[in-house]
Amino acid sequence: MIPKKKKKPEVPGGCKSNSKLATLRHIGKFGIRHLLRQEWKLKEGRKGILCQLQSFCVLLTNMLSEGSSFMKGIALGGTFCLLLTLLGSFTPGMQSSPEDHHHHHHIKAPTKDELQSLSDPQMVEMSQRVRVYCVIMVQPSVLGYWSTAKDTWGKHCDHAVFYSSESAKALEAVDLNEKDEWAKLRKALKHAYDNAGDLRWFFVARPTTFAIIENLKYLVLAKDPNEPFYIGHAMKSGELEYVEYQSGIVLSYEALKRLVNVFKDEEKCPEQGRALWKLSEEKQLALCLKYTGVFAENGEDTQGKGLFNSKSVSSLIQDSMSKKNLDVVEGCCSDLAITFSGMSPNQMQVMMFGVYRLRPYGHNFHDSLIFLPPEGSDND
Amino acid sequence: MKGLSGSRFCFYVGFVVGTLSLYLFLRQVWFERSMELPVLGGIQGSSVAAVAEEKQASDSDNWSVEGAALINLNHPHHTGEDSRVADELYQKVRILCWVMTGPSNLQTKARHVKATWSRHCNVVVFMSSVDDPDFPTVGLGTGEGRDQLYWKTIRAFHYALEHHGNDADWFLKADDDTFVVVDNLRWVLSNHTPEEPLYFGKRFKPYAKQGYMSGGAGYVLSKEALRRFVEGFKTKVCTHTTSVEDLALGQCLEKMGVLAMDSRDTLQRETFHPFVPEHHLTGKFSKSFWYWNYCYYPIVEGPQCCSDLAVSFHYVDAELMYTLEYWTYHLRAYGYRHRYRPPLPQGLVERLAQTERATVGTAGRGTIPAGIIVVGGGNQSKMEAVSYKGAPRGGKIPMDNNRTAVTQESQQ
Repeated sequence: MIPKKKKKPEVPGGCKSNSKLATLRHIGKFGIRHLLRQEWKLKEGRKGILCQLQSFCVLLTNMLSEGSSFMKGIALGGTFCLLLTLLGSFTPGMQSSPEDHHHHHHIKAPTKDELQSLSDPQMVEMSQRVRVYCVIMVQPSVLGYWSTAKDTWGKHCDHAVFYSSESAKALEAVDLNEKDEWAKLRKALKHAYDNAGDLRWFFVARPTTFAIIENLKYLVLAKDPNEPFYIGHAMKSGELEYVEYQSGIVLSYEALKRLVNVFKDEEKCPEQGRALWKLSEEKQLALCLKYTGVFAENGEDTQGKGLFNSKSVSSLIQDSMSKKNLDVVEGCCSDLAITFSGMSPNQMQVMMFGVYRLRPYGHNFHDSLIFLPPEGSDND
Repeated sequence: MKGLSGSRFCFYVGFVVGTLSLYLFLRQVWFERSMELPVLGGIQGSSVAAVAEEKQASDSDNWSVEGAALINLNHPHHTGEDSRVADELYQKVRILCWVMTGPSNLQTKARHVKATWSRHCNVVVFMSSVDDPDFPTVGLGTGEGRDQLYWKTIRAFHYALEHHGNDADWFLKADDDTFVVVDNLRWVLSNHTPEEPLYFGKRFKPYAKQGYMSGGAGYVLSKEALRRFVEGFKTKVCTHTTSVEDLALGQCLEKMGVLAMDSRDTLQRETFHPFVPEHHLTGKFSKSFWYWNYCYYPIVEGPQCCSDLAVSFHYVDAELMYTLEYWTYHLRAYGYRHRYRPPLPQGLVERLAQTERATVGTAGRGTIPAGIIVVGGGNQSKMEAVSYKGAPRGGKIPMDNNRTAVTQESQQ
């Protein structure tokens, strides 16, 4: 094949052998695309992918110089976009080492034996430490959820503070005067850190999430808040592991401290976000934390069931039913679940009844801690 | 590049199209792709599978099928719980549950009842118009439909007394869209004796002097009440008067001297409910709604409508059945000390004191077992945790209900 080459792009040295290039020349255009996709799925280092893509570009231009200009345009446009992305998101300090891939990040709740083996002074100390500052991110458009969160699960936080994008007359909140979600989150977290008092655990959620704070305390009971923890429903996006916002984010004091420090660094943790498009604030958070050496961990119970849910109980039950589980309830959710989401304000009131009140008489759990109900409340 | 403007234009358009499409493609595939950590998926999968297998094996150990009845051999237990009080009540307050259903509802409704709350009854019988040995159901020899309801009820109670009169002390009627917390029903019945002619349920007032119990919310007859009901039909004091089953039954029982009882808890909150929880807890009943005129006791709207120890809900679909089972028997707040902690029923106090370690957690009278640390609830700024390690093993630290175990300083 003797293509009419106007320019002669160079294949970067040491990237591909010529024989492979030759075989690839014979594959059609769609074959190339398919191959490209295959290549992207492989977990190689970024430099390797870059290399291969460049050689594919060479191939494309060679092949298509005979075709119409339109096709040439598409191909070049695509390559251009790809290069920009890679350059935009390529971060020199973030080479993922092979160990990271095998490091499973999950946090399990303590077992009964573990708790019973602790001495009493230790238990006293731990129960005094495990106090939660709730950072609830609201805005006037979700006034219904806002007031419900305040009236339901917010009462079980040791200190619940509502951070709003703008002030609302009906309800009290810290007015951040900010529209951008990521900027709001940054300001709120900074405010929480400055006003933490002696609270050492931080739970960040929107009022559309329902949380059972006692179960959160149980999960982190034996963990030291002076160690960095970033816990929730861990998800993966490409190389990035992050905690899903919708099912609530838990940060220890140390993690928040490191975060507030890295906020000052515009390089690593910019206010405007990076790459061609805006990353969601949950991923921005994960990136900034990753810089400080804090990694997302999945919160699970002693059996390995996830404790943070982005769906409602009904929705999870529906899923369990459609999977035709023998025991629908067992296959649904954990007994000590911490969060659910996707419920209406009325359904949250019903959750309060279901979690804190409805129970079968005569079944007792001799838990190692007892949490008293909050004052001035009648729905729990 | 050829010098023609047409092809150059094509090139630029192609360039833009290529950029945009790849941008969208990348966004879709690369950056927005979220995968669950493979470890999590693995663990969750295997634990669910293991539990499912376990259940299949244990089902045959737990139930014995006698005719069309399912006799419960073992009271369902949860790992890590102390259910001595519930077990005592299970032995002492034996309940036969019969569920009103029909052939067309077996797979859509009755199946879910079988998988959830009916497992907590001592005996459960599914009553249908037609025999079904596989489910199993009893064929009452009636037709199907609203006009057959009282016929079915009459025959079902006759069947229950004849075949299972000695297997139970109390006889519960429920629909296939009723959810019943049987353990709480045992608590309601625990201070009464089945030799008295009594009947419990959601009490309605019209048409009957002492009121009658709503059919949908479920009602329970004592053994003596059941005997009198059957007797009433033998002596023709009671007949099939109307197909409005709950009213007709109430009128028959009134004639036979059976007392309609108050099933509310010690704070006068209803336990049997004719609607779903959401309706009672958050709905506002319009003043013209029939419910206002029917309820024997004053309606309370909001959270105090319903007792913590609720017994039943009605119009419960399959999904809500499992959801309620999850809320009742599974989901809890770790270490949470419930506001409502009624005292043990009379008969149980002595029986439990005789057993070795009489530490009773949430059902106790404000006592806290040794080795427990109490932490103040939310919105408290400071608290002290107090340990009770010094108490003798198995001993109780008596406390009056006014004094809490934790000293708290509230924020100004």
